[in-house]
Amino acid sequence: MFGYYLDLALHSLKRNKALTALMVLAIALGIGASMTTLTVLHVLSGDPLPGRSGTLYYPQVDPRDNSGIMPGKEPPLQLTEIDGFNLLHAKRADRQALMTGGSVPIQPDAAAIDPFYVEARYTTADFFAMFGAPFRYGRGWNAADDEAKARDVVIGSELNERLFGGANSVGRTLRMAGSLFRIVGVLGDWSPSPHFYDLNTGSYGYAEQVFIPLQTALDLHVDHNGSSDCWGNGTGGVGRIYPSASCVWMQFWVQLDTPAKAAEYKQFLIHYSEQQKELGRFVKAPNVRLRNVMQWLAYWQVVPDDVRLQAGLAFGFLLVCLVNTVGLMLAKFLRRAGELSVRRALGASRRALFAQLLVESGVVGLVGGVGGLLLALFGLWVVRHRPSDYAALAHLDPVMLLMTFLLALGASLLAGLLPAWRACQVTPALQLKSN
Amino acid sequence: MELRPILSTLQRHKTTAWLLILEIALTCAIVCNAVFMIGNRLQRIHMTTGIDEHALVQIQLAEIAPTPDIFARAREDLAVLRQVPGVQAVALTNQLPLGGSSSNASIKLDPAQREPTLSAGTYFGEDIPQTMGARLVAGRNLRPDETTNADIVVKALATGNTKGIPAVTVITQALADRLWPGQSPLGKTIYLTDQVGVRVVGVLADLVRANAYNDATAHYSVVLPLFMGAGKDQSYVIRTRPQDREAVLKAAVAALKKADPERVVTKQRTYDELREKFFENDRAMAGILIGVIVALLTVTALGIVGLASFWVGQRRRTIGVRRALGATRGDILRYFQTENFLLATFGIVLGMVLAYGINLFLMLHYELPRLPAIYFPVGALALWAIGQLAVLGPALRASRVPPVVATRAV
Repeated sequence: MFGYYLDLALHSLKRNKALTALMVLAIALGIGASMTTLTVLHVLSGDPLPGRSGTLYYPQVDPRDNSGIMPGKEPPLQLTEIDGFNLLHAKRADRQALMTGGSVPIQPDAAAIDPFYVEARYTTADFFAMFGAPFRYGRGWNAADDEAKARDVVIGSELNERLFGGANSVGRTLRMAGSLFRIVGVLGDWSPSPHFYDLNTGSYGYAEQVFIPLQTALDLHVDHNGSSDCWGNGTGGVGRIYPSASCVWMQFWVQLDTPAKAAEYKQFLIHYSEQQKELGRFVKAPNVRLRNVMQWLAYWQVVPDDVRLQAGLAFGFLLVCLVNTVGLMLAKFLRRAGELSVRRALGASRRALFAQLLVESGVVGLVGGVGGLLLALFGLWVVRHRPSDYAALAHLDPVMLLMTFLLALGASLLAGLLPAWRACQVTPALQLKSN
Repeated sequence: MELRPILSTLQRHKTTAWLLILEIALTCAIVCNAVFMIGNRLQRIHMTTGIDEHALVQIQLAEIAPTPDIFARAREDLAVLRQVPGVQAVALTNQLPLGGSSSNASIKLDPAQREPTLSAGTYFGEDIPQTMGARLVAGRNLRPDETTNADIVVKALATGNTKGIPAVTVITQALADRLWPGQSPLGKTIYLTDQVGVRVVGVLADLVRANAYNDATAHYSVVLPLFMGAGKDQSYVIRTRPQDREAVLKAAVAALKKADPERVVTKQRTYDELREKFFENDRAMAGILIGVIVALLTVTALGIVGLASFWVGQRRRTIGVRRALGATRGDILRYFQTENFLLATFGIVLGMVLAYGINLFLMLHYELPRLPAIYFPVGALALWAIGQLAVLGPALRASRVPPVVATRAV
């Protein structure tokens, strides 16, 4: 039966070529625009560390006095250096890492390569294990190296490619910011997106190529990058002058394997705040937060407003395209009342007519969906060639591919439902008579 | 024109008519809001900065090895740059208007105040307004002898002995008007921390902030006579003749490299390029919005053509009868045009309500201002015009149906 309906549908669609083209084009445009924007939205609001993000938390405490630059109830977005080290040394979590961002000049041995700057992360040892950063060669440093201010460095695969042609460079030395470092590890391709652990340096398409122990970096006074917020007499740093004690400029991440541990850690933060208040460092009542990765990203509203607006626009457009198609299909089906009533008179049930018309709208949807998919691929290609920081991420993954098809088919069947239902209400005799 | 026959015909095609009305309404609502958003973006793109944009270039440098004395280094660089042919003025600044990354301070009028009054952009450097071409409208500019090196200030704040800190500032007119409406700001004091008050000695017509994302606070800036020294976040800003910009930029970079080859140039661009970069996303968004409007109007127009063609085909016999009974071709043409006008009007009325609703939603979620009433007629006119244009083809075809059709069996 399906084959026959398909035959009928193709016949009918061929009879009105311009109209069929219009319906297919409208669906394709609507689907194409929606899928492009939805894919971008999906990629940008994705989980940077699937499987791990649920157990990674970002503790916040509130060390400000009442003269804060950031009014409001939320604690600052980062930690002061003192609080950072206090929480790090307390070791209350399964893993913990204190960090901040920067950039360092690389001075290659080879005279052929000019010195250049790369983005850097100054962090304590647990960073790699906690975030599951994959090592191609060697490994990270340990907590003892942190305390010893070891001149160890882990480099990214891109830098390793640039300096050593991708060879195993573990054990070699690297001159940075006027000091010699020993390469202890080389990372594989790794750039969590969004750049959740420090969103001040840009949320997307940002991958550090150099990782140095935090204490080593502070000791050498290498350049700090990122945001610093101060209160009281605090002065935010510039370059090698670091922000002062009443400034927040460090990020601290902890791994807490069970919800019970997370609850316990939150209690610890409150206790810590109370203790600091007794010592006179904190002024306010304990004001702490403990968000996991996805909660942290949501709180930051990391997805740009424009991207959400574009998705909204695209769906508005799809809706108009659908209404357009429903109207056209309805007009078309109603015009064929004569033909349909003949089929009814010859014994076809309403259900049979309904199925026949749905097959016809399904064909339109399918062709429109394929067109929409091509348009979405083109749209994403355009997005990739725009100068935004998330451009490189705009790819269609299998999930979105499937979504496109379901959306196209669902949309066009939905569009066919009302016209098909209206059209198969014909009374056979009446239509035959009037003709 | 008699409306009743049109209405009673539409009654018989209720569902189709409603679908068309719905389509027009949705299009109208989205177009109204999209045009409004384009207007907003364009307004932002044309934001005035108060500086002599076409005469400026920016150079940013980063040292390879740590510099022992960043202040002496910056003084040397400034001297080198002044020697470059074509350079009219040069200054070291911590930020440029619309530069993106910014330095800001919260300002209080009274140190005892609990919450700061507002946040303003803080320009640190010597000769910044003069070099950038920001016009002084009252008082005086900061003097070179008032300049203090940043390390002294940092130390003073850390120890609490704030005597050595420069106590003068130049602020923008917009900030002065906001802090002391209707009064002269000259001689008044603002507090950047609880202990450091600075006296306003001059007022600039304008000097936009580096992070001018919010239109309301974009023009709140203060200039402080603080010398930051060489560093990768500092910029040399050079003033030259507009036609010399490229040549001066090249010569200046070469001169700096010659003075010390041990550094990397991280930024070298004209101010126009900097400005272009800042509004890149707004420009892209405006383009996308225009694309959406065109696509929407096209789809709607084609939809109207399609439906009207159907109706004309369906009513050939009726049209023939009307023609046979004496209706002119003009009558038939006007019939279809009026029908479309009626549908479009319904759609537009519904669309206005919808447009208002969408705007309310956007105001809630995207900090968009209220849709001004002027945008409603824009959407209405666009849809009436599109509707009439789209229906013209099918209507003309209808008017050419000969009366003799009436006598034929279909």
